[in-house]
Amino acid sequence: MTFTSKSTVTQVRYLDDEGNVVQPLPAWADDLDLLINFYKNMVLVRTYDKKAIALQRTGQMGTYPSHLGAEAVGIGVGMSMAVEDVYVPYYRDMPTMLMRGATMVHNMLYWGGSEQGSYFNRPDGQLSEDFPICVPIATQCTHATGVAAAFKLRGEKRVAVTSIGDGGTSKGDFLEALNCAGAWQLPCVFVINNNQWAISVPRTIQCGAPTLAQKAVGAGIPGVQVDGNDIIAVFDVMKKALERARTGKGTTLVEAVSYRLSDHTTADDATRYRPAEEVNDAWKREPIKRLRQYLHNQGVWDETKELAWQSDCNQQVQAAVEQYLATTQEPPEAMFDYHYESLGEPLASQRQQLINKAMRMAGGNHG
Amino acid sequence: MAKVTLLEAVNMALHHEMAADENVVCLGEDIGTNGGVFRATVGLKDKFGFKRVMDTPLAEGLIGGLTVGMASQGLRPVAEFQFQGFIFPAMEQIICQAARMRSRTRGRITLPLVYRAPFGGFIHAPEHHSESVEALFAHIPGLRVVIPSSPARAYGLLLAAIRSNDPVMFFEPKRIYRTVKHEVQDNGQALPLDVAFILRQGADITLVSWGASVNETLVAAEQLAEQGISAEVIDLATIKPLDIDTILKSVRKTGRLCIVHEAAKSFGVGAEIAAQVAEKALWDLKAPIARVTGYDVTMPYYQNEKYYQIHPEDILLEVKNVMEHSA
Repeated sequence: MTFTSKSTVTQVRYLDDEGNVVQPLPAWADDLDLLINFYKNMVLVRTYDKKAIALQRTGQMGTYPSHLGAEAVGIGVGMSMAVEDVYVPYYRDMPTMLMRGATMVHNMLYWGGSEQGSYFNRPDGQLSEDFPICVPIATQCTHATGVAAAFKLRGEKRVAVTSIGDGGTSKGDFLEALNCAGAWQLPCVFVINNNQWAISVPRTIQCGAPTLAQKAVGAGIPGVQVDGNDIIAVFDVMKKALERARTGKGTTLVEAVSYRLSDHTTADDATRYRPAEEVNDAWKREPIKRLRQYLHNQGVWDETKELAWQSDCNQQVQAAVEQYLATTQEPPEAMFDYHYESLGEPLASQRQQLINKAMRMAGGNHG
Repeated sequence: MAKVTLLEAVNMALHHEMAADENVVCLGEDIGTNGGVFRATVGLKDKFGFKRVMDTPLAEGLIGGLTVGMASQGLRPVAEFQFQGFIFPAMEQIICQAARMRSRTRGRITLPLVYRAPFGGFIHAPEHHSESVEALFAHIPGLRVVIPSSPARAYGLLLAAIRSNDPVMFFEPKRIYRTVKHEVQDNGQALPLDVAFILRQGADITLVSWGASVNETLVAAEQLAEQGISAEVIDLATIKPLDIDTILKSVRKTGRLCIVHEAAKSFGVGAEIAAQVAEKALWDLKAPIARVTGYDVTMPYYQNEKYYQIHPEDILLEVKNVMEHSA
């Protein structure tokens, strides 16, 4: 007996590096206001990214992972999801989280060392069910599978979306989650932000398969590769994957091919392991310039609008920074207050010890 | 009232709570049609269907993380690991995710989940099937660690674990899964968590134990009584958070303490109890604190496991030593 599984992966792309259309656009892309919205959000998160690095460099924030170059993936995924879906991010997902209700202030609080950064609402004001930033690699994938299993059990038309870097796809948790999602036909979408580098380890050393989308074959689900610098392609692929999940047809793996134009984090120096020519070449394919050119070609964007929007972004970011810096720090004893539903006696006495210590450190001024 | 084994009491509690609360789901390897490798989940799939009683792929890390996702949606997953020694692939999920989620989201996401696992040695099992590593989990902030010592305790504590809004590690002493039978009423009455149980009153020495070793400790207490030594026996039941007050009260009365546990001696739960008693009740002690424990070695294969195992005589000898060296 012979079992054959064909694994042909073709990259989905609508705009080339210069913003020219390479195949007929999907019908929804006639909505130029939507495309302008994509563009505005990408510029906003890039403006924020630059500021976040500056905050770290000036000691006003801790280690920060830049998303420079991944704006189309993040905004495309975030804007494709329904409010009531659940997003289970990894640590380079600020753009998607911003689209889902977490603000720039939350992001700064998180990387600035406060758990308040993980307490946020959805855009409609409801308490968010999205997961907080996940620092351990790939563990978040199994959470999305569990969330999707709950949706399926309750017959809810909601989808769990999770994301991961290319390096994370080498981990067992990713493969275990994908495998289970396939076996149980869960309403789940896995997004790989394949930005070519897992700190200093290139994609070629990470995995022997020609594409990461092919990892779907073993799980019995569709695997799609998309040009992650083409937001029209990202949004379209996500729309289809979400629709598929929402209508009970199961899980999809989406590999978005992008490039990490930044260091891994502010604690990293990518010049130690990455040739400058490669980075310079990647800048030619970056996502923001590409969509701007397309919008120019359509006659709906120009230099005046660009300058006005950049100024607006700077103001929004600056206002967020001021709010972040003015946010009242949680009292030290907050570290005790959320581990358990109720505080037991041993913890209550440790909590009081901490309060006494904090008062001593503050010279008796701690309230 | 029916007499049931500890295993049947676990099964009874699962049946009760799944019927009482539709958010309770069970998952694990072989737990559906097969009813689990020890048959703890027998009948659940027939009664509640495969949607709520889920055979998972063979992947412990997945089980650890799936439950996190499910619990975040308000389900109350009760996951079975086939043996405590098989939990290690899921440690990252348990320690880095399940234990921390409430704290890191400032209460936005809470995880009402239970991880069940048979644990402990002495059933002639293969390698990696006999671990007793409760201290690993007790060390982690955010987790509750619960160990029943009898059928009644298993029923009441498991109900409480499932109803808890915090993640609970529920370790079942498999050596006494089938060897002890007690009358247990299936009345849905939970026992309190975070509370130690005094099984026997005494005046001369406090014996603290948990899990299967409670049985040897009770036998030893009986034999000590015949020799004129009155031992108070405490079943710790919830390992974390530790009910140190019950232990301190007893030690202040008896002036002596002997801790009995199957796990390796060093850096364990016994060490923690000894440290806290030394911190808070040193001047009430008439003798140094004693420990009767497993050795700091890998659990031997079964030809030699009887030498590792704690027998009532081991406790007897140590208690006599304590009595003889009292001030």
